Amino acid sequence: MPLPQPVAEELRRIVGRESVIDAPNDLRIFERDGSIEGAVPDAVVLASSTEHVSAVIKVAAKHRIPVVPRGAGTGLSGGAVTIRGGIALQVTRMRKILAIDPVAQTALVEPGVVNQELSLVAAQHGLFYAPDPSSQKACTIGGNAAENSGGPHCLYYGVTTNHVLGMEVVLADGSVHWVSGDAPDRVGLDLCGVLVGSEGTLCAITKIKVRLLRIPPSIATMLAAFPSIETASQAVSAVIGHGIVPAALEMMDSVTVGAVEAHYHAGYPTDAGAVLLVEVDGIAESTRELMAAIGKILGENQGYAIREAQTPAERELLWAGRKGAIGALGRIKPNYYLHDGVVPRSRLPQVLSAVGEIGEHYQLPVANVFHAGDGNLHPNILFDLRDRQVLHQVEAAGEEMLRAVVELGGALSGEHGIGLEKSAFMPWIYNPDDLGAMHRVKDVFDADGILNPGKIFPDPSRKSVHLAGRTGLAVEAKWW
Amino acid sequence: MSVDGFPPRSPGRARVGADAFARLSDDDLATCVHCGLCLDACPTFRITGLETESPRGRIYLMTQWKRGTLPFDEEQVKHIDLCLGCRTCEGVCPSGVPYGRIIEAGRADVEDQRRPSLKRATSRVALRQLVGHPGRLRAAGAAARVAQKLHLTSVARSGRMLPRLRARFRAPAGNIAPAIGQRKHRVAFLVGCVMPIMYPQSHDAAVKLLQLAGCEVWFPPGERCCGALFAHNGDLEGAERLREANMRVYEAGTFDALIVDSAGCGAHLKDFYPGLKGRVKDLTEWLAEVGLPEPKREARIRVTYQDACHLVHAQRIKNQPRDLIRALPGVEWIEMRHADICCGAAGLYSTLEPDMSNRILQQKLEDVLATHADVIAVANPGCQMQLEVGLRAHGSAMKVEHVSEVLLRGY
Repeated sequence: MPLPQPVAEELRRIVGRESVIDAPNDLRIFERDGSIEGAVPDAVVLASSTEHVSAVIKVAAKHRIPVVPRGAGTGLSGGAVTIRGGIALQVTRMRKILAIDPVAQTALVEPGVVNQELSLVAAQHGLFYAPDPSSQKACTIGGNAAENSGGPHCLYYGVTTNHVLGMEVVLADGSVHWVSGDAPDRVGLDLCGVLVGSEGTLCAITKIKVRLLRIPPSIATMLAAFPSIETASQAVSAVIGHGIVPAALEMMDSVTVGAVEAHYHAGYPTDAGAVLLVEVDGIAESTRELMAAIGKILGENQGYAIREAQTPAERELLWAGRKGAIGALGRIKPNYYLHDGVVPRSRLPQVLSAVGEIGEHYQLPVANVFHAGDGNLHPNILFDLRDRQVLHQVEAAGEEMLRAVVELGGALSGEHGIGLEKSAFMPWIYNPDDLGAMHRVKDVFDADGILNPGKIFPDPSRKSVHLAGRTGLAVEAKWW
Repeated sequence: MSVDGFPPRSPGRARVGADAFARLSDDDLATCVHCGLCLDACPTFRITGLETESPRGRIYLMTQWKRGTLPFDEEQVKHIDLCLGCRTCEGVCPSGVPYGRIIEAGRADVEDQRRPSLKRATSRVALRQLVGHPGRLRAAGAAARVAQKLHLTSVARSGRMLPRLRARFRAPAGNIAPAIGQRKHRVAFLVGCVMPIMYPQSHDAAVKLLQLAGCEVWFPPGERCCGALFAHNGDLEGAERLREANMRVYEAGTFDALIVDSAGCGAHLKDFYPGLKGRVKDLTEWLAEVGLPEPKREARIRVTYQDACHLVHAQRIKNQPRDLIRALPGVEWIEMRHADICCGAAGLYSTLEPDMSNRILQQKLEDVLATHADVIAVANPGCQMQLEVGLRAHGSAMKVEHVSEVLLRGY
């Protein structure tokens, strides 16, 4: 439904004529993020400042129009999808790094700053921003804070919330506030902790103060092949069981390795059942010692073709392969459905064999890429949306995989957020009292429910994802 | 005229869907998984922050057109027009989306659908009538040169864009430049259409370097524009005609490699001339392969380098020009930030989309000026012209030189 013209006019007066998009055909291009489902916004509004964000939300509040903040749209749970219509509030023009303090080791950034860009600029001071989602080339810090994103190096360094010191936020009434500040120790009620990871349902983020870390003097990266996912999982448990917490510990199965090799030629052994990528950092003496110890453990657990990157270029290539893994799956099938459940590390072999069985049962290829170190799965069900028959199977297989995760004591999401995609499954892990408590928090911040409605909380009218269920353009549109 | 203002169409022609977008391949489009990793690699997304001005958005739009789920909308063609065709997105796409092929097919399909615009019609006629015929282009170049001498062009906008024109590049007598020292290779050299008129000094230096590297250089007589400018602007049929004519010329000679010192042409030859498979080489790619003799002189300059999109993204040649320049004694090398992001020139783009082109240029100049280099090296005439215009407007003394000229400073 298009916005009433007077509302559109109000918005144009705030951000300028060019910065409100409401041509219906153009809006169709904004219907999706990086996930599977889409819904067309009623308008896209480009904000260039906190004042813009505040004024736009005031207009939305007055007319009770949903507002969904949007960064680069790389999210994997439908967080930026305007499922109830309304305004997609785009912050991609707010991309200034406002300050870097090399002594305090902090940066103050606007929400549209691209994750990798911050690390590139911080590198001039010998610093980096630790959370490194695989989409870091494109995803924004604002989106990362909203989703509490993780990444390969979060095993050791922690996820986004561990690196956000404070934020400037706009609440549902359009008022602007700072939560927390410079100190890593959040004094008083930890509002920043509540808002990071709230997926746009409690506030819009307009500035973020983040912690930067010193670039470690020495980084060592190792690749090892294993005959199977099970043996690789045992090796992961063995490494951690020895009291070693690497900076990153990543696994890819043979399907993924094949797709990645085709693009990156990173030298992943394509005959392996699974591949582990291990990284440690610190001072040179300690990384050498750790690598030797890890190499030995991997070898004892059937690891072979174990090799360490000899140059920074080689290391970058190994990582390029891992970080581009999900996109590379497009070489096998044009679409995929991706979950990111988490299980206790010791349950990895069990959950993976369950995932494999589910794929076989539905005769769907499944590619596994995951943060093995913290038990965070990423099973990708591969399919071609143009084959409509397969859609119900894809939905059912995805749901069963998540069910297996939960039955093994796991959680629905490790880093992608609940969003649209997993909201229906929330009652699997939270009882009505738990969900009621979350609802009360939502009511405090946004009683009218205008901020990113339809996310996180289960919607009784939606039982699961609607791969085949959407009408009109949906089935025609291309999702992964 | 039909009632909706569009020119009448041939009977039975579908206005939407696969029939109307016959050149676009659904399988090519389907390789995009909508992950968004390409977004921040796209210069127009970096400027506008809009999905519609991103590779992912453009692919989504063309997919919907192709599948008939969105009607063709004249207003939306601007998103296709605003694409620079720089193919930076291709380099970062893990899924291997052949974006260059998609956008060229999409543009050709769109040209059939859209209302004709005077500007685009003129550029197409100019391409076919001028660039497609080397004699006519030379005549125009000579006229422009005379006009510059007489200061006639100071009033014309396009006159400000042009570099100071010198005498055009001419192939030596017999169409052969002999190897200096022992002859190790025989190469053909693409003289091309724009380079010999606009930047003859780049060709002069390139040929000299080839001779120094032990190559006998053959200038194929009767060679015409390679067709790149045509293909980039949706005239695939025009490009095809030129390819056929040129292939007849190439097949009449023998050579180890066809050397190209203009990135846009090199990329086009590699993609569209299957008959030359494996033998098309960028100048720097070839020199890195066969090696140059020891430099004789110190260069004593601070140099940075702007990647040409059609070299770094389309041909994946990144290190060779850098390594060659850095190997020169006396050179102080400085790597520029965002060196592999387009400068906004993009062939005819700077003429067809001057506003966006200029916004991209201004962003680029921040990075260029921050290097404080004496010389910025380039690998394509379009980049050279664009950066010269920008630097001149900023009153900067930084020189823009083709990689070949920088390298020749060592000899």
